[in-house]
Amino acid sequence: MSYTDIERQWTTRLRRRFVHLLPPEKLLPDTQPTYVSSWIYVFGVTTLAALVVVIASGSLLAIRGPQWWHTSSVGHFANSLHLWSVEIFFFAMVIHLWGKYFMAAWRGGRALTWMTGVVTFLTSIGAAFTGYVSQTNFDSQWISTQAKDGINATGAGAYFNVLDMGQMLMWHIVLLPLAAVVLTGLHVLLVRVKGVVPPFDEPAKVNA
Amino acid sequence: MSATQFAALLPLNTLGHYLHWHFIQISVANFVVIVLMVVTFVIALVAPFPGRRRRKENQ
Repeated sequence: MSYTDIERQWTTRLRRRFVHLLPPEKLLPDTQPTYVSSWIYVFGVTTLAALVVVIASGSLLAIRGPQWWHTSSVGHFANSLHLWSVEIFFFAMVIHLWGKYFMAAWRGGRALTWMTGVVTFLTSIGAAFTGYVSQTNFDSQWISTQAKDGINATGAGAYFNVLDMGQMLMWHIVLLPLAAVVLTGLHVLLVRVKGVVPPFDEPAKVNA
Repeated sequence: MSATQFAALLPLNTLGHYLHWHFIQISVANFVVIVLMVVTFVIALVAPFPGRRRRKENQ
């Protein structure tokens, strides 16, 4: 294969584009700007850490199925881990959102970073709601019968049936977590490409 | 202390308590979480971050 052929390969062009957009020292930087040394900046990574525990504890629950936690103390513990990691996930994500809102974190060409964050938040709410109706207990029965009226009022009930345990569980453990994880990955990569938004008295434009 | 005694300190199997103010209705549990989030947010803004002074001096 000639040098020109290698140059024209889609893999070569894609790799060069990635490395140009996100060189290794930007992907995993050694230092951060001084303004990042504030507690308000820790809530993004707290959300990420909680998401890892959410996925890990959810995977553990998936091994034995959605009713395991009713009959096993280990299952109950795994379920509690799942619940409380979700609580921390949303707690930290809302504070992260407030912090970024008051920083106007979409400045300096960071609109896509902001938007992926918003869509991730909405996807996570969907994941939480489908989790409520997947508990396989009276609570989930009550929530799903209430939710069906709301969903039916939108006209989406024929396609998204909250009374269908199988459909809700699949949305909860496959589709929505997949979307949330992919969007979170994209969000983090965009933060690395554009950098953390600086304070108002610093120039917001990134040298990317 | 056994698990049952520990659980009895904070019973979670009772009916929820709610706050009413005009048309606003919110459970006490949700209200407490929102207050905690606001308090954490304010603390995050004002609490000194470890090593911040040292980092500024190095620059």
